[in-house]
Amino acid sequence: MKNINTINPERSPAGHQEPAIRRKNFLEVVTGYTDDVALTEADRCLQCKKPACITGCPVNINIKGFIHEITNQRYENAYRIVTEANLFPSICGRVCPQEKQCESKCVVGKKYAPVAIGTLERFVGDLAQKNNWTDKSEIKRNGKRAAIIGSGPSGLACASDLAKAGFEVVIFEALHLPGGVLMYGIPEFRLPKGIVSREIENLKNLGIKIETNKIIGKTHTIEDLMHKHGFDAVFIGTGAGYPQSPGIKGEFLNGVMSANEFLTRVNLMHGYDFPTHATPVGIGHDIAVIGCGNTAMDAARVALRLNTKNVYIVYRRTVNESPARKEEIKHAMEEGVQFIWLTAPVEILGTTDGWIKGMRCIKLQQGEPDSKGRLTVSPILGTEFTLDVDTVIYALGTMANPIIGKTTAHLKLDKNGYIPVDDETQMTSIPGVFAGGDISKSSWTFTTVIHAMGKGRRAAKGMIDFVSHKS
Amino acid sequence: MFKIIRKEIFSPVTYMWEIEVPDIASSSKPGQFVIVHHNEKSERVPLTIADFDAERGTITLVIQVVGKTSKEMMSYEAGDSILDVAGPLGEASHIDKIGTVLFVGGGLGVAPIYPQLRAFKEKGNHTISIVGFRSKEIVFWEERFRYFSDELIITTDDGSYGEKGLVTEPLKRLISHGVVNLVVAIGPLVMMRACAEVTRPFGIKTIVSLNPIMVDGTGMCGSCRVSVGNEVKFACIDGPDMDGHIVNFDELLVRQKRFDKYEKIALKRFESSQ
Ligand SMILES: Cc1cc2nc3c(=O)[nH]c(=O)nc-3n(C[C@H](O)[C@H](O)[C@H](O)COP(=O)(O)OP(=O)(O)OC[C@H]3O[C@@H](n4cnc5c(N)ncnc54)[C@H](O)[C@@H]3O)c2cc1C
Ligand code: FES
Repeated sequence: MKNINTINPERSPAGHQEPAIRRKNFLEVVTGYTDDVALTEADRCLQCKKPACITGCPVNINIKGFIHEITNQRYENAYRIVTEANLFPSICGRVCPQEKQCESKCVVGKKYAPVAIGTLERFVGDLAQKNNWTDKSEIKRNGKRAAIIGSGPSGLACASDLAKAGFEVVIFEALHLPGGVLMYGIPEFRLPKGIVSREIENLKNLGIKIETNKIIGKTHTIEDLMHKHGFDAVFIGTGAGYPQSPGIKGEFLNGVMSANEFLTRVNLMHGYDFPTHATPVGIGHDIAVIGCGNTAMDAARVALRLNTKNVYIVYRRTVNESPARKEEIKHAMEEGVQFIWLTAPVEILGTTDGWIKGMRCIKLQQGEPDSKGRLTVSPILGTEFTLDVDTVIYALGTMANPIIGKTTAHLKLDKNGYIPVDDETQMTSIPGVFAGGDISKSSWTFTTVIHAMGKGRRAAKGMIDFVSHKS
Repeated sequence: MFKIIRKEIFSPVTYMWEIEVPDIASSSKPGQFVIVHHNEKSERVPLTIADFDAERGTITLVIQVVGKTSKEMMSYEAGDSILDVAGPLGEASHIDKIGTVLFVGGGLGVAPIYPQLRAFKEKGNHTISIVGFRSKEIVFWEERFRYFSDELIITTDDGSYGEKGLVTEPLKRLISHGVVNLVVAIGPLVMMRACAEVTRPFGIKTIVSLNPIMVDGTGMCGSCRVSVGNEVKFACIDGPDMDGHIVNFDELLVRQKRFDKYEKIALKRFESSQ
């Protein structure tokens, strides 16, 4: 019998590019598992009677089941099991914070490194993409129409379920390419755009229409969609991409930009290929990134790959409190991003003609935990110093975008502009209008790709239910 | 893909496209803009909607060549298609019946004031327009402006047509002599700043339309941020119309230079490839 003492204590490492090489290119950093390595790793799973990992997964993937199918080399079955709960394993296997979710609950992890659930999930998802294991079950049209606003993970997941349930689905996307943060935010070396595009192609094959360049609230209002265009239900998955600024002196200087602007210039507009692609990126040689979440990590690692000299992460807390995926922090460190912990920017210094010439910072110390259990920080007098940088990129979180809120009468918003929804159905204050992903506020407020997808799918259920009661 | 159904060349550096985009044509309001991304490799550029016609399903853009992108776009002819047009973006202008409204348009701002002029006139306001060009050859849309203006003044830098000099001269004269309830000024930043300075002592509300560097145009990147009063505003979602008396123009003028270095590289490369 397999037990914790008989399994391989070592977690099988995934293939990856060496730091010295990868910091000069945009190719994927982690190359994943080969069949053999996947089998070895899957064999570390104890197939627990009560699999705790599943409770750690925000969408409760039958992890035990799919890993079992890998060990039996029934990969397509493994894929079918994963996709019962998660439509896009190739994406989530790459971007989920597994160390805080499934893998944190893995029993093996009590003694050794936990089973590499995320890498196995990705393995299965990539095989499916390679072998084109799409869902071929026949779709029975139900004569209903659904409009999806925003093509981020929540919108895509919602659209997929609705299409399979027989809806005619149209996704409206403000940008010229679909995918949301998966396309404009998360860089190629972490989530190749080809992977996202293939998933989107699969959705089109289900009959889903994607209309880019359509800003709902402007091109059409939600009311138009429901009353003029005859949609039976609407889903709002617009994300929450409005960047918060640092609020310090000098933030308007040239050379200061939001991580969203920087990443959009690079990822969506291909600014790394300027002037062949016409959008410049406009960064210098010494870069400070403020913040330490996934966005900060992506910005820092992209900056590193653009012929820069020094890239710093300036963060007010320590690595322990950092919200980024642990793997990204590790990768960033290996690649040479310099972390300046317990430090806050005080002022961005400028030349007389308006360009940045440095950033004043102050050291902080940690004190007692606050009401949420986070250690408070306070400045240490006399520790101010100037960081010699010519570019500052701020990644301090984002907020709700006001467009939908302003243009939709009767849509209830919370005080920050987010859309409160029913916990079970994801329905907003307007009957027939649902919301999910980062823009929706339920009692479940994590802003990750998998949570966004989970909420999108829950909304799809709510919408199916809603239209069936309506008629 | 969106088809250009008409193109007119107003001057060696100014041209007009009428584009078929029914969705935008039927939802546009005066003061709004679109983002044009004309091919896969191009930038996303904001352009004020200079006219829209829901029945024809078209919008009109008047474009001035300022760099590589606008130069490359000039090679697109009627019948050609452009890849992406997104909009209408930004808040629509507030159009009310308030009395006398004075419009000032200069350079690339001449065409964008047209939809506002028409809307204010149709609301029953008394309208006065001052439009400035470099010289006689590049004067366009005179009849259109005349049609909706109770009074029209054309200025040229060289005096080859209309009044010689800057648009601020007649502006000063008109507001000193008569009652003007609102000024709408659109054009280069320095012109808008100058207009706001002229009206400030008179306490006449002056609306300017900002066109800072943008990427998405939907409030997601902050490229278009400007200080207005003591607040940070995003021109793409809070504007483009702003109160000219409290816009920090100096800051904006510096921010307009953010990518100058790259603009030059791109233009040089483009010209040498022609
Ligand atoms: C740089 C970065 C890195 C991240 N890394 C990770 C990670 O590693 N792991 C993880 O789990 N999460 C990560 N996140 C968070 C994650 O990406 C988000 O939680 C998730 O994308 C939210 O999905 P969504 O569907 O709500 O919206 P989004 O992905 O934000 O997509 C919303 C879409 O709606 C469109 N839209 C907005 N308004 C309108 C409108 N009015 N009309 C039409 N379309 C509109 C937008 O253009 C956009 O395409 C990261 C976020 C960023 C910014
Ligand atoms: S252009 Fe990106 S926020 Fe305005």
